Amino acid sequence: MNGSGKYNWTGWLVLGLLLLLWECGSRASPKLQLYIPPVSQILGSLIHLIVSGQMTVHFLTTLRRFLEGYLLAAAIAVTLGVVLGYFRFAYNLLEMLIEFLRPMPSVAIIPVAILLLGIGDGMIVAVTVYASTWPILINTIDGVRHIEQTLIDTGRTFGLARRRILWQIVLPAAAPYIVTGLRVSLSIALILVTTAEMIAGSKGLGFFILDEERSLQSSNMYAGIILVAVLGYLLNRLFVALEKKALRWRHSMVLREAI
Amino acid sequence: MAIADISCQVEAGEFISFVGPSGCGKTTLLMSIAGLIASTTGKIVVKGRAISGPPPNLVLVFQEFNKSLFAWRSVLGNVLFGFDARGKKLRESEDKAKQLIDLVGLKGFESHYPWELSGGMQQRVAIARALAYEPEVLLMDEPFGSLDALTRLELEDTLLRLWEELGTTILFITHDIEEAIYLSDRIWVLSRRPSKIIEELRIDFPRPRQQVTTRAEARFMEIRNQIYKQISNQNTA
Repeated sequence: MNGSGKYNWTGWLVLGLLLLLWECGSRASPKLQLYIPPVSQILGSLIHLIVSGQMTVHFLTTLRRFLEGYLLAAAIAVTLGVVLGYFRFAYNLLEMLIEFLRPMPSVAIIPVAILLLGIGDGMIVAVTVYASTWPILINTIDGVRHIEQTLIDTGRTFGLARRRILWQIVLPAAAPYIVTGLRVSLSIALILVTTAEMIAGSKGLGFFILDEERSLQSSNMYAGIILVAVLGYLLNRLFVALEKKALRWRHSMVLREAI
Repeated sequence: MAIADISCQVEAGEFISFVGPSGCGKTTLLMSIAGLIASTTGKIVVKGRAISGPPPNLVLVFQEFNKSLFAWRSVLGNVLFGFDARGKKLRESEDKAKQLIDLVGLKGFESHYPWELSGGMQQRVAIARALAYEPEVLLMDEPFGSLDALTRLELEDTLLRLWEELGTTILFITHDIEEAIYLSDRIWVLSRRPSKIIEELRIDFPRPRQQVTTRAEARFMEIRNQIYKQISNQNTA
């Protein structure tokens, strides 16, 4: 964000200049053009791919896999995180396992997933779930742990059963932490979907990008890359909008503390 | 052991304060009555029944109102929580909640969030939320302890007004002797750990009490000095 709140003209100008440089550079050298086609040509391919409908299936496949993996991970990680944050003994049981698995680069389990699940949708969604679970899980545990005892005691003195304390107090109080985890996992999930698609699969943007590269259609390849970028950008914007709505109280509270 | 044997009889609708040297287990006592901590050896018996969890007819107002209020709920939302916890339908409670908010002097702040309010106003929200639960007994753990002197006096009067209007029994903990005298029907002076009740005083200033005139009475000072001596003797003992 720019502090002045004004439209960031200079930022756009730099981006425009870079694209112009790209366009001219590529046109000036036919040899380079094979690997880095001019921007105008890439945009042409992109429009053609979209209009002809060739791209629709890949785009929707990636989006669907992303949503399945991400939402499943969110459900698992928030539930597990609340349990582990709330019950000390449960955390003690799993602490070593979590600390060992969490730092491991998640893509390392793709071969395992292929062995166990084959090269279909199931494998891609599974590795996405695995990778995006960690940030949500860790943040949820942290959030639940940070809740003031007074807040829980308030629920108890008002006669709330454990289940209602969980829903009406623990979850909302931990929500800012949970949302942080969800935001981190958003990009991780998209990375894992496209990576897994590149390694295995016959659909999806990851597959498309690699396939076009192998067929020496570099212009199409760049078009695919742009689409993944756009997808990531849109998902992020959607997330931020939802977050602002859901945690409105938190935003103004933080703003107030900053003043 | 924080608490020895304490046995007390409370009449419905009474206002009772506990005073005692700091660290004498006042909070422990109140938390035990509220069923929030399990006693290690003895037991808490209310109306002939041993307490094993938070009793349904009691609610505790904490000293740390900023930690007890729900930051994600507006003032109205916090008060509605009290009705909701009691099992009342939210739709039907909204008017009542607004009345309570008016009663504690926060009319116009219904849609504010707790952290937008001053400390005194926050504790008013917490009191309204507790009253929305319609408890027979309201437990208050040094509720005005962290407020400035002037705000404190205002809240004492608000509390007395609510108490007179609603007829709730109040058990009040404070380390401010004068506050206890000003508010209460009876005061129990606690000893140091393991604490017991070493004195029971009946305070019979007429009600409604006035901050200026009630506190200016000679009898007020006498009681104050008597309690003060008892507590300070404890400290040097």
